[in-house]
Amino acid sequence: MSDTDSFAQILRRGLWHENPGLVQLLGLCPLLAVSNTLVNGLGLGLATILVICATNVLVSACRRWLHDDFRLPVFVLIIATFVTSVELLCRAFWFDLHLALGIFLPLIVTNCVILGRAEAFASRQRVSAALADGLAHGLGFAAVLIALGGLRELVGQGSLLAGAELLFGPVGRGWSLELVPQSGGLLLAALPPGAFIGLAVLIAARNALTRRRANAGRVTAAAADS
Amino acid sequence: MNAHDTQRTTSRRGGALMLIVAAVAAAALLATVNRFTAPRIADNIAAEQLRSLRAVLTPGSFDNAPHRDVITVHDPELLGSDESLPIYRARSGIQPVAAVLTVVAPNGYAGRIRLLVAVGIDGEVKGVRVAEHRETPGLGDRIEARKSGWILGFRGLRTEEPTTDAWTLDRDGGAFDRLTGATITSRAVLGAVRNAVLYFSAHRAEIFPATTESVPLNGAPPSRADNMNPSASNQDSMLAIPSSPHSIAKIHRHPPQDPA
Repeated sequence: MSDTDSFAQILRRGLWHENPGLVQLLGLCPLLAVSNTLVNGLGLGLATILVICATNVLVSACRRWLHDDFRLPVFVLIIATFVTSVELLCRAFWFDLHLALGIFLPLIVTNCVILGRAEAFASRQRVSAALADGLAHGLGFAAVLIALGGLRELVGQGSLLAGAELLFGPVGRGWSLELVPQSGGLLLAALPPGAFIGLAVLIAARNALTRRRANAGRVTAAAADS
Repeated sequence: MNAHDTQRTTSRRGGALMLIVAAVAAAALLATVNRFTAPRIADNIAAEQLRSLRAVLTPGSFDNAPHRDVITVHDPELLGSDESLPIYRARSGIQPVAAVLTVVAPNGYAGRIRLLVAVGIDGEVKGVRVAEHRETPGLGDRIEARKSGWILGFRGLRTEEPTTDAWTLDRDGGAFDRLTGATITSRAVLGAVRNAVLYFSAHRAEIFPATTESVPLNGAPPSRADNMNPSASNQDSMLAIPSSPHSIAKIHRHPPQDPA
């Protein structure tokens, strides 16, 4: 990691090469627990992006005054304070949103992606790079949450975006798609095993895509040689 | 600024000091946020409570603030929980209208199901909503009003109806439609609602004590006490029923408050 990293590189790393959900397999506890519908995944994804960006910026801003022996407790303090403040503010000002996100918000503390980025990146980099890194990893994590949530909702309940009004207000009521009406769907996908199987499918898809890309690169290189 | 400024100049002592400073700052920030948000959060919770009570009560039938007119009762057998549970009282003027009981169905498919059951003064179910559950998504969670209309089917049920019909699932030979694929959940909710109505019928006089009425009725004939089937017209005599001596409930009374 050098200071020559462009924002594009930082973004690509967080979203694809070092994706927290699919490559680093970090933060699986909240990822598997709340990815049963697309809206739940989106809600946790948004809250995670907010906390990871704020934590990265603060850690980066304070990095000069941190001592190696004491930095981890300081990171944990910062993360816990942010999550608690966000939860309190949410309960006071966006109570309906809190009713929808209520159980996810405290779960963000358990997300080791945030601690991992604070430790591995933000504590060594300037503030702007730390913000980009937080955004990249937050978006990467949210993308997996949304994909897994959508997959499980589609297979498990035959719908998409059910309950969107909890997150977006009455406007979201019309967004719900009942793709396979009254089917009930494949229950397994909605239950905890469905989370593991769904995540495995996503990881396999990502690996296949990476391999195909690598092969394509090799073929192009070989063609150029001959 | 470059990546090599990661070399830390802070001493161990300075690092420890930084941890203390961070802890104090975090505590101060949280205390401030908490002080600033606490009143709004309390208001929001009260409003949410009122909203959930409005969902089970008949609109326009009451004019008090039922979420502030609370008694706490304890009856593990009929209410399904070892805890003391709140009963909210809806009134219109001085007339009792309905009681909203908090009951627990201990035998759900995935554990306890917490319900709000509104029982009218006439013993009729006014509305039921699920307050908390962990039933299977897509199957048992259709007890939620926003997922299906099943829970609305309790409206209008009374304990006087033949037990074998209205209060029994179709699967068990009764007339109450179960949720397809969620028989255990349906049975648990049905049983809990029925127990709530039975509890209300047995403890009506304690939930709405006659002493809160402006018209004291002395010397009501004892035979009236057995009349558990009052209609709206003989409400007054019904309210004079003395507390049954074999009451299994422990009722803590809070003074009823005037509507806000």
